[in-house]
Amino acid sequence: MIEKKPIIFLLLATATILVGTIITMVLPFRWINDPKLAIASVKPYTPLQLEGRDIYIREGCNNCHTQTVRPLLSDTERYGEYSKSGEFVYDQPFLWGSRRNGPDLARIGGKYPDAWHVKHMKDPRAMVPRSNMPSYAFLDRPLDTSLTEKKMKALKFPYTQADIDALKGKTELDAMVAYMQKVGNDIPWRKAGKAEVVGELKNPFQDNLSVLPEGQKLYAEHCAQCHGIELKGEVGPDLRDMDKPDSKVFATIYSGITEGGMPAFGDTLGKERTWKVVTYLKSVHRK
Amino acid sequence: MNQQDGYADDIVKGFVIWSMVWGLVAVLLGVFISFQIAFPQLNFPPYLTYGRLRPIHTNAGIFGWGIGSFMAFFIYITQRLTRRSLWSPGLAKAQLWLFNVVIALAAVTLAMGMNRSKEYAELEWPVATLVVVLWVIFSVNIVMTIVKRREEQMYISLWYILATLVGVAVLYLVNNAAIPVSLTKSYSAYAGANDANVQWWYGHNAVAMVLTTPPLAIFYYFLPKATGVPIYSHRMSVVAFWSLIFMYLWTGAHHLLWAPVPDWVQTLAMGFSVMLIAPSWAAVFNGYFSMNGQWHQMRENYLVKFLIFGITFYGMQTLQGPSQSIRTFSAFIHFTDWVPGHVHMGTLGWVSLVLFAAIYYTVPRIYHTEVYSIPMANMHFWLVLTGQLIFSITMWIAGVQQAAMLNATNPDGSLHYSFIETLAELYPYWYMRAAGGVIYLAGLLLFLYNIYKTITGGKPQAAVQPA
Repeated sequence: MIEKKPIIFLLLATATILVGTIITMVLPFRWINDPKLAIASVKPYTPLQLEGRDIYIREGCNNCHTQTVRPLLSDTERYGEYSKSGEFVYDQPFLWGSRRNGPDLARIGGKYPDAWHVKHMKDPRAMVPRSNMPSYAFLDRPLDTSLTEKKMKALKFPYTQADIDALKGKTELDAMVAYMQKVGNDIPWRKAGKAEVVGELKNPFQDNLSVLPEGQKLYAEHCAQCHGIELKGEVGPDLRDMDKPDSKVFATIYSGITEGGMPAFGDTLGKERTWKVVTYLKSVHRK
Repeated sequence: MNQQDGYADDIVKGFVIWSMVWGLVAVLLGVFISFQIAFPQLNFPPYLTYGRLRPIHTNAGIFGWGIGSFMAFFIYITQRLTRRSLWSPGLAKAQLWLFNVVIALAAVTLAMGMNRSKEYAELEWPVATLVVVLWVIFSVNIVMTIVKRREEQMYISLWYILATLVGVAVLYLVNNAAIPVSLTKSYSAYAGANDANVQWWYGHNAVAMVLTTPPLAIFYYFLPKATGVPIYSHRMSVVAFWSLIFMYLWTGAHHLLWAPVPDWVQTLAMGFSVMLIAPSWAAVFNGYFSMNGQWHQMRENYLVKFLIFGITFYGMQTLQGPSQSIRTFSAFIHFTDWVPGHVHMGTLGWVSLVLFAAIYYTVPRIYHTEVYSIPMANMHFWLVLTGQLIFSITMWIAGVQQAAMLNATNPDGSLHYSFIETLAELYPYWYMRAAGGVIYLAGLLLFLYNIYKTITGGKPQAAVQPA
């Protein structure tokens, strides 16, 4: 019967594919981005951040970097607080990605200081030795702002003339860094989720020279990009004259300094390895 | 029963040739970007970086090679199954021009960074609009040919062809909805989690309507043609058809497991993905049972080898896919190299093997020649099979290894490896993947040479042809 009636067949086939479409794609519009799920602290992009985001799209960064932290230990411990739908209401398009050739970036905002990003974009392997990321040194060129106002209007994002004027003299790299610092940083997760170190802190490896090689190795992997392999400082401060007590150094590495751009390493290193780094740092001071 | 019946086969020639050109581009780029991942020095910004080339690779593969050859075979098959010539050969000629313009424009605009970022829907709105025009021209021509057919019954291939035409249209229009800012820039009409849900409804059903239903239409037509015996069960193919196109559309959110889209959408996607094993394997069994008493042809008939290996990879693909769409397994392997390994088993193993067979079958018939070299076709088969297996197997191992490292914890509960430590271990696998790609490319070049010689230098076929 219907194999003899192509038009009726076409209509039936269309109806068949529309069932799943309506239930799983159309209906969810009613629940996703519901005002109840909105997060008040999540703000639209500024003109500079939006231009940075467009460069991220233009360069296809989403081919290697995801922007969703899943509620799974290996994600939240590595990247931070899991992603919430309310954080993405201004994302047109979404940039969650599908493959992590590089790390997830959903919580990159505020993790590193601007200077780290600039150095890393220009020469990724200078900061992360075994990285396979392409160099984006060419972004150090004037930002094209001819469409900025049209873009802000198209997305109905608020802006002032001062915001637009402030774009003068900015480079594409500036815009990219501004965008990176905004991603995932609109909710105060760093402060709320900060690993607080409680109780008296005592270095279990104090004067234990046998942990120094491992401490040095950990330093080279996790700290040297910013503080230099010889601890002379670069993006971060010089560490050669470390006169703070062990417990203070431990707390800084373990929990980070949100305001100063020092990332928290507690989740990556754990307590024991953090103490080994502390022991190494103090040993350099003593020389 | 070719030209003497007035079939418009010149246009089929055009689509076959151009789809092979774009197929070569897709594989060349694929090999190049696989080297870029292993050797980052091979990125030459701004135009030749991985980030800009990967979308060109996927677009050239899916739309240039895939859609291009589907257009060829839809036109070829539809005429024969309806026993009439194409409704409008002139429209089809315009379609071929437009097709090449669109794919070339896609490559150029993507290299320039005009990119909507949505996977397999990257093209900016002016190019996407041309795609819509192209699809309408194509669909009208095929549907009108079917409406005015001389054979009352519509064979199963025509079902899949019709479903493809309407399915792609719905998917493409919805996911490409955009707010234009200029000729070269637009923003998605949807925001955040909504955009994600629309995108993966599209993305996964592009797999259904581009990489499943068209190759099935082609498989169901060319397997009986190659073996000389009919398909095992028409009824099974009918049941499989309706359940396949019903269930596929529910499964997009298995790309978004653990992401902030509603849990029930994810759960439905997971359930329907597992259910999809049934219609998928109905097609596999239909292929296998059609070979009852004909298995000796695997040895004697190179076309059968391509087709049966193709449907076998389809079967493996449709078991592996549902397993990946289960939450617990997805938590482990999602975002790793496992997934490119999976995808390439489908594209290189299933889709391309079936297309190779269809091209080997049709080219001698529409050019009235004989295949230049069957030993060369056998060599081609083994090279692409080896290359593809090296690609997929190394990527599965790499994915499992990276996933295990990412999940490894210390006794105090902290993570054992930083991200970069897990990445550094992948380099050896990436070297192997690139080597697999080179082997595949060698096989493809052999195929292109064989077809070239078949077209230009082949012996003319006897005047009376077997049907």
